[in-house]
Amino acid sequence: MTENGNGIFLQLNNISVVYSDVIQVLKGVSLSVEKHRIVSLLGSNGAGKTTTLKAVSGLLKPENGKVTDGSISFDGAAIQNSSPEQITRKGIIQVLEGRQPFKYLTIEENLKVGTATRWTRPYKKDLDMVYDYFPALTKRRKSLAGYCSGGELQMLVMGRALMAHPRLLLLDEPSLGLAPLVVREIFRIIKRINEEQGTTIILVEQNANMALQIAHYGYVMENGKVVMEGEAHALKENPDVKEFYLGVSAGGKTRTYKDIKSYRRRKRWL
Amino acid sequence: MRRLRFHPCGNFKESYAQEITVFETDFGRFWLLVGLVLLFGVLPFVSSPYFLYVCNMIGIAAISALGLNILIGYTGLISLGHGAFFGVGAYAAAILATRLGLPFWVCVPAAGFVTALTGMVFGIPSGRLKGLYLTIATLAGQFIIEYILVHWESLTQGTMGIVLPEATLFGLVIDGDRPFFYVIFICLVLVTWMTKNIMRTRYGRAFIAIRDNDRAAEGMGIPIFPYKLLSFGISSFYAGFAGAIWAFYMISITSETFTLSLSVEYIAMVIIGGLGSIPGAIFGAVFITGLNEILRWFTDLFMNMGMATGFGLNMASLRELAFGLAIVLFILFEPKGLAEIWRIVRSNFRLWPFSY
Amino acid sequence: MDFFIQLLVNGLSIGLLYGLSAMGFVMIFKSSSVLNFAHGELLAMGAFLFLVLTTWAGLPIYLAFLVTLAGSFVLGFAVERLFLRPLIGESLIFVIMLTVGLASIFKGLLLFFFGGNLHTYPEFLPAGLGVQLGNVFVPPVYVASSFIGIVFLVLFGLFFKFSPQGIFMRSVADNQTAALSLGVHVKKVFALSWAIAAMVAGMSGIVLGVINGINVHEISAIGLKVFPVVILGGLDSIGGAIIGGIIIGLLETFTCGYISPSLRDVVPYAVLVCILLVKPYGLFGLVDIERV
Repeated sequence: MTENGNGIFLQLNNISVVYSDVIQVLKGVSLSVEKHRIVSLLGSNGAGKTTTLKAVSGLLKPENGKVTDGSISFDGAAIQNSSPEQITRKGIIQVLEGRQPFKYLTIEENLKVGTATRWTRPYKKDLDMVYDYFPALTKRRKSLAGYCSGGELQMLVMGRALMAHPRLLLLDEPSLGLAPLVVREIFRIIKRINEEQGTTIILVEQNANMALQIAHYGYVMENGKVVMEGEAHALKENPDVKEFYLGVSAGGKTRTYKDIKSYRRRKRWL
Repeated sequence: MRRLRFHPCGNFKESYAQEITVFETDFGRFWLLVGLVLLFGVLPFVSSPYFLYVCNMIGIAAISALGLNILIGYTGLISLGHGAFFGVGAYAAAILATRLGLPFWVCVPAAGFVTALTGMVFGIPSGRLKGLYLTIATLAGQFIIEYILVHWESLTQGTMGIVLPEATLFGLVIDGDRPFFYVIFICLVLVTWMTKNIMRTRYGRAFIAIRDNDRAAEGMGIPIFPYKLLSFGISSFYAGFAGAIWAFYMISITSETFTLSLSVEYIAMVIIGGLGSIPGAIFGAVFITGLNEILRWFTDLFMNMGMATGFGLNMASLRELAFGLAIVLFILFEPKGLAEIWRIVRSNFRLWPFSY
Repeated sequence: MDFFIQLLVNGLSIGLLYGLSAMGFVMIFKSSSVLNFAHGELLAMGAFLFLVLTTWAGLPIYLAFLVTLAGSFVLGFAVERLFLRPLIGESLIFVIMLTVGLASIFKGLLLFFFGGNLHTYPEFLPAGLGVQLGNVFVPPVYVASSFIGIVFLVLFGLFFKFSPQGIFMRSVADNQTAALSLGVHVKKVFALSWAIAAMVAGMSGIVLGVINGINVHEISAIGLKVFPVVILGGLDSIGGAIIGGIIIGLLETFTCGYISPSLRDVVPYAVLVCILLVKPYGLFGLVDIERV
């Protein structure tokens, strides 16, 4: 691994993704991710964020999806349509949406599965690292994952991914269905992981406000296309993003139901 | 006279009635007529008794396979007990004919209804079970029925079997291959017509909805349990009907025929023919029955060659092998079955010389 | 009373064997959701391989045993690779019928080479292995089979609980997509579970052959007994498979001893239907941990 400079690490070049040979979800998405950065993908439901992640991690295949056009290169090698086994071994690990733990395995066994890409090597130190990031897991290590709370599960699946020593971590909606305090906690940990491990992170989020606080760069997707991109702080100031994703109207006040009838801003990119 | 309808080059259907029409073109109607005339007018008179016997077996198997196709292909419920239901039909007919002295034309439908009831009883688990668990429940049904047929000796005479009286219809005695040919194939045509029409009604559509997603079907207001039972009932009716005709045709029946391997044979027919396709069930019946006969012929050939008798004995085991191989190869290479091949051939003809 | 103990011992050791075969079956089902109708034939393949190795090739017993295990392992691997892998993602009926077809092929092959007659192994268990329990003598075969059964059970228990491969196999059974996202080699897990299941089946086949003699029809019929066993235990519970096996084994021998031998084969299925109606996921099946 060459650590010098912030070269382009992952590059999606105009990719199209089609499910079951008929449903086109991504219509030419290009994005690039630099090393050691947190890049956030924003967009409403059905914009194609999850599909973009799955195209990178190779998990389209089990869902009968395919990258039909364009190319994905990771660290200089083309990886579009490779099998998930190959891609994970290159160091790309995806944390799936909606926390998918192994319900009948204990917390610790769940974490051990994370070593699948390199299971011959010792993992004791990694376990300690994960427990250090997520102290809440320590006291539940022997209990079945199926009986843990949502926050613990989110920590578990992220810890599980960390066990694989990812070079690129794909996080799909880590804040889904969690209490605001827990969300803040999770995001703090994401930032710490990025800073301490140097892990490059792609963060897909509905919670645009939180995401833009920790991300360096952001993309906005809509209808299977990237419609806007920019440095995170610039995006945060953009009036369109404010209106549609941050819930702040052009005047700077939070929108209320009082002016619901007011003229709704047109999305400029449409 | 209205204009003859030909195949449009594309999907130009404008109403639901057009979607569910039996014959898309008059051309199809014409060929069906030709086929029926050949079947009833020519075939029985030109073929040898042996060939006619094979045809009869195919006809009986086809009726039963059509029933199984309703259950597996259209409703998506896998049953491993169809062979046993066939046996229930055969025994019901035999018992009704010998104990109560009922005539042929009463016995056969009555046996169908008895079997339909039995099928519904064994279909009850489908209310709570799905997929694999249901399959296993029907497997249990197969074994339980088999056991009852062998061991309820006061009723079924166990392994001794029952000899049936002659079948008569409208005062005519039906015996021998040719009269049975007419009985069987008229029944087959009626049953096919019935199946085709069941599938066009709301019942058929409900079955298909349950197959594709039973929860969604329930959400749409289809009471799935009664419909599943109905599907079991219809399918077992077919099996019992076929079994009853078979019993009269064979004259004497014993319980050894109705084993799990018969059930497997029926499923093989449905799969090799094509799931959820009416012609498919018939193709499958032709294929499996034909395969059985060809293998039997080979075995006999070797048995009669004197020095190869030992080898011929072993050939009997190759029947299993060929049968298994046929299933496996079809599943791996043409999972949609013979019906799909037939469709491709037909559309090649239709679209020739511009095949796409 | 002696008769009772005799039956109890027979039932336990037969049941342990059922449990072991069922365990292989459950393993396949858990990891790849395939209902294996060829399980009885896998038993028979193992039994006949052992027969060939001991009588015709004249290998010493322990070597023949090991070679049979290895052979069954390879067989299971090959079956998965050649036949099941192309079907990943196909609907249930095709997968079921494929294994039915495979069963038919194996059976045909075995009948072709060995015929439908009863074969027996040479006597190889030392007579001293028999155990005297009060007035009841437990023959060496039963002692050996119980011993082997328990050893295998413990080995597999340890394998699944502690070894990385075992944990990966459980993770695939649990949540396939998540396992895939972490880089678990799912196809390798499928192949491995078939291989292990075939190996266990081969071993059970040998032991059954020692007890009853080997006959293609009988051993493959035992494969179907696996169904009541796994339903009783719950299709996805390995521990349940063992307990289910023992219950069915006892049920069979007691029915055979006290009621009627002819009922022996049907009672397990009658029990099965009752259980399915009352507890659809078996006695020990995992209750789906559902959280929304």
